[in-house]
Amino acid sequence: MFPLPLLAQGAQPRIVVIGGGFAGATAARFLKRADPRLNVTLIEPNPVFAACPFSNEVIAGLRDMRAQLFGYDRIATAGVVVVHQAATAVDGQTRTVTLGSGAKLAYDRLVLAPGSDLRFDALRGYDEAAAERMPHAWKAGQQTLLLRRQLEAMEDGGTVVMTLPALPYRCPPASYERASLIAHYLKTKKPRSKLVVLDAKDTFSMQRLFESAWQELYPNLEWLSVSSGGNPTAVDAAAMTVSSDFDTYKAAVANIIPPQKAGRIAELAGTADRTGWCPVDPVTFESRLVPGIHVLGDAAIAGAVPKSAFAANAAAKICAAAVAKLVFGEAPAVPKFVNTCYSLVAPDYGISVAGVYQPVNGQWLEVEGAGGISPVDAPRAFRSQEAKFANGWFNTITSEIFG
Amino acid sequence: MKARHAFLVMLVCAGMTPAAAAEAPSGAASCTGCHAEEPNVDTPVPRLGGQDANVMVAAMQAYRSGQRPATVMDRIAKGFSEDEIKAIAAWFVMQR
Repeated sequence: MFPLPLLAQGAQPRIVVIGGGFAGATAARFLKRADPRLNVTLIEPNPVFAACPFSNEVIAGLRDMRAQLFGYDRIATAGVVVVHQAATAVDGQTRTVTLGSGAKLAYDRLVLAPGSDLRFDALRGYDEAAAERMPHAWKAGQQTLLLRRQLEAMEDGGTVVMTLPALPYRCPPASYERASLIAHYLKTKKPRSKLVVLDAKDTFSMQRLFESAWQELYPNLEWLSVSSGGNPTAVDAAAMTVSSDFDTYKAAVANIIPPQKAGRIAELAGTADRTGWCPVDPVTFESRLVPGIHVLGDAAIAGAVPKSAFAANAAAKICAAAVAKLVFGEAPAVPKFVNTCYSLVAPDYGISVAGVYQPVNGQWLEVEGAGGISPVDAPRAFRSQEAKFANGWFNTITSEIFG
Repeated sequence: MKARHAFLVMLVCAGMTPAAAAEAPSGAASCTGCHAEEPNVDTPVPRLGGQDANVMVAAMQAYRSGQRPATVMDRIAKGFSEDEIKAIAAWFVMQR
């Protein structure tokens, strides 16, 4: 069932991990932890990682960007070889990765965790140049700070327009968290301004929780679903206008979250299917298209598993344990894992969605009767407690990976 | 298949299988996303390493039945069986 790889006696199995985000950095660290005999190399072009979770707080002026930044020193100290270069090609036949320098790395197993790429061909008028005027801020870093500066510089009374894509994309609840926190910023600092959210969906995760909070806190937030004419169709970065099915809006600040796909290297490696994402086996996260390559995080299509940082981290630990067995010809254990996603509707107002997942007939499915969203009728003390747990979660997960 | 089995048995006898830290039981690896392993992490969520196994099992049972108030642990505990909870608790006792 699990053929023994051709390893010379005493040779260290070579595992290459591409991508140093929540999924890849976790995998690299936990591979080494699962078995110190593994030779683990992490390929990540950026020397500093900028985390997306809580970057909405930076956009809303509630948090310093420096709290989002993490280095790879401790991962290197843990015995992982960290190479700060881009991976430019993967050959699944000869099992080699080509780096930006032209150097080639051989692997016995490859873990691909390239995250998601923004599709600049999907929303009319929205290309990379347009993103400099209308930031997506869906990859943390300069884009986060650009949107922050634009909101700060905006005159009181200006309209902020957000567009949200159809599923699937990176961490959908985060787009509603962002809408909430921008509305919070406007309410406290630009009381004559308003936020219009143009959404390519009619329903979304934790909708009842978000909508009841918006009703209570944010009369300045107008959410327009597809059926109420909100479907975003085009942008004009020069004119600063955003169009939906029914209307065109003049934006003082525009935050465009475009449709997405798996990071480019996943496509180059042959692991992405026609959807642009990567189908995987649920027990091992091995690609269904290219043997020997495991795909983690946002890039993977893993049944019901959401594209969240928590799930990326939890799945990476399962994948690391499986890979550490597979390279020695052993069968991996059947896993189970938890996802918990917190969203902040206001600084002291947290909500969550949780799920427990297990493989059933080749798919990750939610365990029935478990999981779900925070209670709709909970008191404010409950929301405040969840906001504290959200902060604790960020500190814990980043410590586990980068600390 | 028989030959493979014999080979694996030989490997085991020779102590050549991965002898790293005991593997976390099903579900346990997720816990440390919120429950910190390191003591220096700023979080109100309790650490699980070194906790009394009976206390953990009782807590999970109470979360599952709804007897113990929770924000999210009630929703998570419902996804685990009695045996899984015991295995996870036994494992965390060893993680100090």
